[in-house]
Amino acid sequence: MIRFDNVSKSYPKQNRPALRDVSLEIEKGEFVFLVGSSGSGKSTFLRLILREERTSHGQVHVLGKDLARLSNWKVPHMRRQLGTVFQDFRLLPNKTVAENVAFAQEVIGKPRGEIRKAVPQVLDLVGLGGKEDRMPGELSGGEQQRVAIARAFVNRPMLLIADEPTGNLDPQTSVGIMKLLDRINRTGTTVVMATHDQNIVDQMRKRVIELEQGRLVRDQARGVYGYQH
Amino acid sequence: MRAQFVLSEIGVGLRRNLTMTFAVIVSVALSLALFGGALLMREQVSTMKDFWYDKVNVSIYLCNKNDAETDEKCSKGAVTAEQRDQIKSDLEDMNIVEKVHHESADEAYKHYREQYSDTAIATVITPDQMQESFRVKLKDPEKYKVVATAFAGRDGVQSIQDQRGILENLFNMMRGMNVAALFIMGLMLVIALMLIVNTVRVSAFSRRRETGIMRLVGASSFYIQMPFIMEAAFAGLLGGLVACVMLLVGRYFLIDGGLALSEKMPLVNFIGWDAVIAVLPLVLVIGLLMPSMAAFIALRKYLKV
Repeated sequence: MIRFDNVSKSYPKQNRPALRDVSLEIEKGEFVFLVGSSGSGKSTFLRLILREERTSHGQVHVLGKDLARLSNWKVPHMRRQLGTVFQDFRLLPNKTVAENVAFAQEVIGKPRGEIRKAVPQVLDLVGLGGKEDRMPGELSGGEQQRVAIARAFVNRPMLLIADEPTGNLDPQTSVGIMKLLDRINRTGTTVVMATHDQNIVDQMRKRVIELEQGRLVRDQARGVYGYQH
Repeated sequence: MRAQFVLSEIGVGLRRNLTMTFAVIVSVALSLALFGGALLMREQVSTMKDFWYDKVNVSIYLCNKNDAETDEKCSKGAVTAEQRDQIKSDLEDMNIVEKVHHESADEAYKHYREQYSDTAIATVITPDQMQESFRVKLKDPEKYKVVATAFAGRDGVQSIQDQRGILENLFNMMRGMNVAALFIMGLMLVIALMLIVNTVRVSAFSRRRETGIMRLVGASSFYIQMPFIMEAAFAGLLGGLVACVMLLVGRYFLIDGGLALSEKMPLVNFIGWDAVIAVLPLVLVIGLLMPSMAAFIALRKYLKV
């Protein structure tokens, strides 16, 4: 699903590389936590998977494709097989819940009939049935994140990338979001989630990958958040 | 791709940026109107050229008795019948000459009276003050020099005049105006393009949230850039339409109404409506394509995909 081979990434004007010689493999259907303090390289790791950045050294394979060899115009097609969720939800404030979810299908040219069927379905799945016509501003943070997850999942991606999806939410709401992500994971979708939330990582007991100053320092099946970070 | 979805995005974008859109429309309209105007001016010059060069002759003026006293080129006296016949047959032998017409002094006098009937000089002039002349029509008006060198300084020849020279000044002036119009058009075009680039930049910035989300869900770059390019194309097309109206109104004002040059200058045959209408599609196409290209290039810089 995802393979990093000796991946390093440096940004121009920064002497310290963001990632140093990271090699790992994530299998289909896995649920992986990506932990590490701020600036440890988590975001770079995710951006490399999304091919928002290219590696300086080494190779990243996602869904069996070498991203370095993927030409620019094929990148959108690659991203359609990925879902993404962020800390700040990234919803369109002037569109309703249903329109926000439908947006993900409209921009890739799905037929209208299919959209009309898929959107209520996925909104039911995330527990927002009946709120199709609300505006994002009228929803709580947890509900907004559910909309974002619905949008990420509506195209049934093979891989869901979540960058601190619970970062703006209270612990109780976070648990609800994690249950939802777990459910999505059980449908066979691989989930990679960067987080700072110790409780969640400790509770879920999933694979934990820890980065520190750009290096891979821990890769543990059924791990915990770590030792006093 | 869903047309309705794209169109609504364009409408939102244009309204959000109304002043800038307006500036783009105006500058595109002005530059295209100048462009069309320059094209029409060239057309006008070439129709006038065709029309006038056809009528224009090389004139060989012969000495009359008056000249024999006052002009040193005619110091050998007025032209004799023999000299005149010689010149005529020489002219007819030249293969660049198409037609030779002899105008006697009496005929010249009559023409002069007709043409300047209401001026004071026409009443005092007498037939023997007029010169007889040969009006030579050339197959190629550019070959004037050949005739001039062959007959200049001959006995009985007072002067040789290429009427084309008089027109040439007019045409040169019109060409100069043409160049000036093209220069201003170039400036306006640069302004228009810079405005478009800026509009696209502002537009891309104000919609970075949408485009960011589009990118995330895997919209193709064409799909993301489409609304921006359509916006520029739409504004450009409006500018092109305004330019077309300006050209049509301009022709009407200059030639038919307003300045009414066609009445004041009856000898000039002006370009018709068909010539103006022929330019309009070109203006519209350029109005559509130029801003689209500018937007496309601007997007490569401001909208990384």
